[in-house]
Amino acid sequence: MQELNDLAGGFAVALTLPNIGFMVIGIVLGVLIGVLPGLGGANGVAILLPLTFSMSPTSAIIMLSCIYWGALFGGAITSILFNIPGEPWSVATTFDGHPMAQQGRAAQALTAAFTSSFVGALFAVLLITFTAPLLAKFALKFGPAEFFAVQLLTFCSFVGMSKEPPAKTLAAMMLGFALAAVGMDSVTGTLRMTYGQTELLKGFDFLIAVIGLFGIGEILLTMEEGLSFKGKSARISTKVVLQTWRELLTHWKLFIRSTAIGCWMGITPGGATPASFMSYGMARRMAKDPSSFGKGRIEGVVAPETAAHAAGTSALLPMLTLGIPGSPTAAVLLGGLLIWGLQPGPMLFIEQKDFVWGLIASMYLGNIVGLIVVLTTVPWWAAILRIPFSVIAPVIIVICAIGAYTVHSSMFDVVMMLVFGVVGYLFKKLRYPLAPLVLALVLGDMAESSFRQSMLLSQGSLGIFWANPLVGTLTTLALVMLVWPLIGKLRAGLGGPRRGGGGGGAVLAAPTAKTATDEGR
Amino acid sequence: MSAAHDTQAVPASPADAPAPEGGGDAIRAFWPEVGVALLLLVLAALVVVDSLRVGIGWADDGPRSGYFPFYIGLLLGAAATFILVGALRGRGEPAEPFADRSQLRLVAAMLVPLVFYVAAIGLVGIYVASAALIAWFMLRHGRYRLPATAAIAFGVPLVAFLVFERWFLVPLPKGPIERMLGF
Repeated sequence: MQELNDLAGGFAVALTLPNIGFMVIGIVLGVLIGVLPGLGGANGVAILLPLTFSMSPTSAIIMLSCIYWGALFGGAITSILFNIPGEPWSVATTFDGHPMAQQGRAAQALTAAFTSSFVGALFAVLLITFTAPLLAKFALKFGPAEFFAVQLLTFCSFVGMSKEPPAKTLAAMMLGFALAAVGMDSVTGTLRMTYGQTELLKGFDFLIAVIGLFGIGEILLTMEEGLSFKGKSARISTKVVLQTWRELLTHWKLFIRSTAIGCWMGITPGGATPASFMSYGMARRMAKDPSSFGKGRIEGVVAPETAAHAAGTSALLPMLTLGIPGSPTAAVLLGGLLIWGLQPGPMLFIEQKDFVWGLIASMYLGNIVGLIVVLTTVPWWAAILRIPFSVIAPVIIVICAIGAYTVHSSMFDVVMMLVFGVVGYLFKKLRYPLAPLVLALVLGDMAESSFRQSMLLSQGSLGIFWANPLVGTLTTLALVMLVWPLIGKLRAGLGGPRRGGGGGGAVLAAPTAKTATDEGR
Repeated sequence: MSAAHDTQAVPASPADAPAPEGGGDAIRAFWPEVGVALLLLVLAALVVVDSLRVGIGWADDGPRSGYFPFYIGLLLGAAATFILVGALRGRGEPAEPFADRSQLRLVAAMLVPLVFYVAAIGLVGIYVASAALIAWFMLRHGRYRLPATAAIAFGVPLVAFLVFERWFLVPLPKGPIERMLGF
């Protein structure tokens, strides 16, 4: 039980007074970010990243990861009270959460959401605690070909599992890789794609892209919807909490199923958003009376929230052990690690024990702190949402601009933030996914160097990606994921007419159908 | 800031899409779709051309700098062409409108001041520009009274100043007014 010893050491690191302080600050900031439109986990962490450069890496990552937990909690508040999903992964929470609030059961819905989030995250952290060291040990044997195969699998899974059209997923991803290649080639020192512009020498920073795509883009989208926050207010009393907890105990099977979906989707880079839809679809289909979903069933809150948090948390597992993030926010955290001089990947578990286990311990503590904070402070967050958009919007723009500027103290970055903002708006409207763009921008250099190293080893033969069973399996799996949409289309084309008109529930038909194909995998 | 000055006026920038025939004031997704695909094609061409310039083959020490980006450019171009052809043939996407005219007007009311804001940061520094942006939105869209507007418009930059310049010692862009005050 080496892990338990290491974990105890981690708690010793995380349980110092300053670190607990950073945890609370992180959670509060995170909930604020999750509640406000235009600020989310990914760009919130990106904006605050430069402020942590002077902190010790351990304290910094504790605070930043707590911002992430806070944002996950915060998304549920706006979904339930205002029917506005603060984060994409809380869209499914609105289906039953908001009807519950309209029926005057907002407190129950919120308690259920927060508790489910907590349970989902807790199981994911347990998973990380016990599998991360094993995975890291396993990954130590990886050569460049294996690393490239894992990265290929990550990116191909996006094409295979994304809700968006495959061609657009591919286009967004390749745009990310292309942007990552701009600037100096780290291997040969050659300048690429700068076309003589000195501003482009250092390339495109993904932090700027994240702030623009998710921050400014989101503000433009929110503006379009005209924005009138009309919400329910809520107070949570201890009595309601205890009652709801008693009710939740009867849904233990639902918790297990949702956690499993969430962990799976988090490790493979499906991410929190598809996980929440999938889990909701499963809960609905396995219920005795599926038609009552969407009208205020507590299960409809539990399922997506548990899965979203489990996915959001377990996305850190591949980030820590392989250096491959499972979500945009995990990608930003990975960027932070690189800036602090820590190379994510298997060596982290050997060279930076204090850091890794401090982080894992802080995941336990952060989620407990988060649960307490959100349960006690809900009325305040609801009040913040009543501030009119005409005040919130310019303030968020100012925060984004400051965040973009402070990354490199460069005005060019602020201009690029604006450009990425417009791109983010257009891409969202035209259904290009943003997550693969960001991940490709972050991982581009790494993927390229592992590809080139593999090619060097094999003298240019692609056979190296099938040189041994491990890398061969990974590569083949990646290619299967890549052509998955085609297989799905073929199967739908064959099976569609036979099944006939059995499609009830027009709104949820799409995610449920998606669940079916994903399960079959 | 012409677009936001008069709400009756047609927005200046996003009127590139023609009005659909007899279909209210919704704007079809066709032109934005084609525009973005063309832009991606241009970017793909830039990547491919420059990769060819730095070399896509092998040198003595291994693959040249263009080796990897070349294929990225090709894939980007292929995906963009696929989307473009799909849009031109009118298949793939449902005929869902891109946005209403009124929605685009709102987006322009946000985007135009945003462009001015970013330009102003370079000229007068981030503090003055931020105060102006917040004041503009609160007076113009929120119809707040002057005292409330002034409090927030000056308060937010002041807090930013204290947090960044004083607490974390991160300098932000400043202009002539700050220099006059001795910063």
